[in-house]
Amino acid sequence: MGQRVGIEVSIALADAVKLANVDVIAAYPITPQTHIVEHLAELVAEGELDAEYIPVESEHSAMSACLGSSAAGARTFTATAGQGLELMHEVLYVASGMRLPMVMAVANRALSAPLSVWGDHSDAMAVRDTGWIQIFTENGQEVVDQTICAFKITEHHKVLLPVMVHLDGFNLSHVIEPIEMPDEKDVCEFLPFNRSPLTLHPLRPVAMGDFAPPVVFTEAKWAQEQAMLNVKDTILEIWEEFAQKFGRSYKPVECYKCEGAKTLLFTMGSFSETAMTAVDKLRDAGVNVGLIRLRLWRPFPFEEFRAAMKGVETLLVLDRAISSGGPGGPVASEIKAALYNEVEKPRIVSFIGGLGGRDITVTAFEKIIVDGIELAASGSGREYEMVGVRE
Amino acid sequence: MQNLGIYASRLVTKEENFVPGHRACIGCGEALAVRLAAKAFGHNTIVVNATGCMEIVASQLPYTSWKLPWIHTLFENSAAVASGVEAGLRAQMRKGKLPQEDINVVAIAGDGATLDIGLQALSGAMERGHNFLYLCFDNEAYMNTGIQRSSATPFGASTTTSPAGKVHSGQTSQKKNMPEIAVAHNIPYVATACPSYPFDLIEKVKKGLATKGPAYIHIMSVCPTGWRCDTEITIKLGRLAVETGIFPLYEVENGQYKMSLVPEKLKPIDEYMKLQRRFRHLKPDALAGIQTRVVEEYEKLLEKAV
Ligand SMILES: Cc1ncc(C[n+]2csc(CCOP(=O)(O)OP(=O)(O)O)c2C)c(N)n1
Ligand code: SF4
Repeated sequence: MGQRVGIEVSIALADAVKLANVDVIAAYPITPQTHIVEHLAELVAEGELDAEYIPVESEHSAMSACLGSSAAGARTFTATAGQGLELMHEVLYVASGMRLPMVMAVANRALSAPLSVWGDHSDAMAVRDTGWIQIFTENGQEVVDQTICAFKITEHHKVLLPVMVHLDGFNLSHVIEPIEMPDEKDVCEFLPFNRSPLTLHPLRPVAMGDFAPPVVFTEAKWAQEQAMLNVKDTILEIWEEFAQKFGRSYKPVECYKCEGAKTLLFTMGSFSETAMTAVDKLRDAGVNVGLIRLRLWRPFPFEEFRAAMKGVETLLVLDRAISSGGPGGPVASEIKAALYNEVEKPRIVSFIGGLGGRDITVTAFEKIIVDGIELAASGSGREYEMVGVRE
Repeated sequence: MQNLGIYASRLVTKEENFVPGHRACIGCGEALAVRLAAKAFGHNTIVVNATGCMEIVASQLPYTSWKLPWIHTLFENSAAVASGVEAGLRAQMRKGKLPQEDINVVAIAGDGATLDIGLQALSGAMERGHNFLYLCFDNEAYMNTGIQRSSATPFGASTTTSPAGKVHSGQTSQKKNMPEIAVAHNIPYVATACPSYPFDLIEKVKKGLATKGPAYIHIMSVCPTGWRCDTEITIKLGRLAVETGIFPLYEVENGQYKMSLVPEKLKPIDEYMKLQRRFRHLKPDALAGIQTRVVEEYEKLLEKAV
């Protein structure tokens, strides 16, 4: 079995990439992701990881180099955050459209302007529709486990879609946590190298990335969408296999103290742990509240999410991004859409907070819950509530 | 070697790696240049293509004109994608996931994809020293989107975004010297070529492939559609570009310049310009200015050559 160590989460993530024995890493620094690629550079320099390390000149080229190396059949990794993810934007669609397996860690960061190196989910939400599988992690252990799972998911012959593992910038990337690092031998067994059926090689010439006239484009996109819709089952299988081998199990939607709860708070990412403490306190005070956390953002687990909504009267959704001029946070509007056709559905209050590194404390979460229950009953006349704005 | 010109054609393989049936315009110099270069590639080559005419005319699903493994992703990133392909192959061969062998990685792109939007990616790839060959097919504008100016468009040429009008007369800036930019990266091999000199082009591509590290070849490719010239004079125009000194043929091996061809006397540029309607608005004094500059630039180059 693995070894329990106290370690910075970024470093642990890089160690997980090493355990996956990647072939190619494309790297461009950006806070708060930098420690990941720095540690990988060290591992390669020390000979502890046999990989090509490409210190590219931009994130656009990082993602482009990943495309090339994945198309050539190599196990491929990169990491980025914030502006870096936006600079990759154009290339992200190509990676998923060409069905190229690769894994990218995103240490979530706010987007300029004003410049902020601190965390929120604006970067992730801006790439929501790029066709990548997206997993949000909650703590260091999950970051390590999901990084390892991500390689197995992306290379699975039924999937062949790139995977983003999101971890909150600073709040998760820079904290030191006790983490059980899986054993190398176990990871090797769990994660055999699974080459893509189509790669660039002179023995079997293929054309990749041709242009599609209108008569085939729709079909190509439909095929990609079918693959995306079908991957959830594969992800569940892989998480189950992971649980068998490593003893930690993961679900697309996690419920905390949801039994019989009339009110649920909804979160994604590392704030969930703070939110749990708030839920504990309010439960002790007799408030019938629970927490629901979303791990799998793409593909969105409609089934599991709707099942968790049975009997819930009020849902308070926390977004760490703004859909400017829109109906509230991007997550809240998706959730409203997911429930719109249900006969029985909770009233939804959309909260936006934790932007650009602003903390949401346990007390603040308690206030969100208490205010939310009241607003759900009275209605506020606003599309969303902004958490903790200093007027 | 004296009669090489007579016999050389027999030495060139009859095999086509860029096969007929593509959709290039009649008289396209770029398609011809790609075909000649592809003859030199051999079977063990992976081609990375940027968006542009050559991708569009040759890759419409479900067809392809390429007999080689070929990938296109975007307009500006072919050098970065090629970096990844090269690194991916190298890592897998070292780790025993692929058998050890020589596989050429070639990136091909137009002048817009190279000198403008893709310059950063190319510069990065050259600086990092990837073992790949980059071919820029220079037709002196963005042709795929309909003849817009690029930084390879020569001074005075009329394009849809540098039109000749009452106030401006065509492109207002000088053509960016991309081969010099490549040389400044201290890469082992840089050359210029033109399909009007097919054996020279093929030899240079072979040399580029044999180079360890990055190699860059800048290939003048006449575009009758964009240059507004007759479709049957592509070869002639390519020759005139060289004979007037507008597009000199040379190589730079490890920093050493060598002319591939030195005409006894440069022809006047007028012979070249008058055949293309993109220059027809130019007044005599403008042409005289261009002529002076062509000769100056040419002499600067001769001085560098051994
Ligand atoms: C980011 C981006 N901007 C613009 C375009 C549109 N576009 C496609 S090809 C092209 C011009 C290509 O010109 P060049 O590289 O000179 O090649 P040519 O077509 O002349 O062979 C442009 C502007 C694009 N595909 N991507
Ligand atoms: S526009 Fe010019 S470069 Fe493009 S296919 Fe036609 S002739 Fe060739």
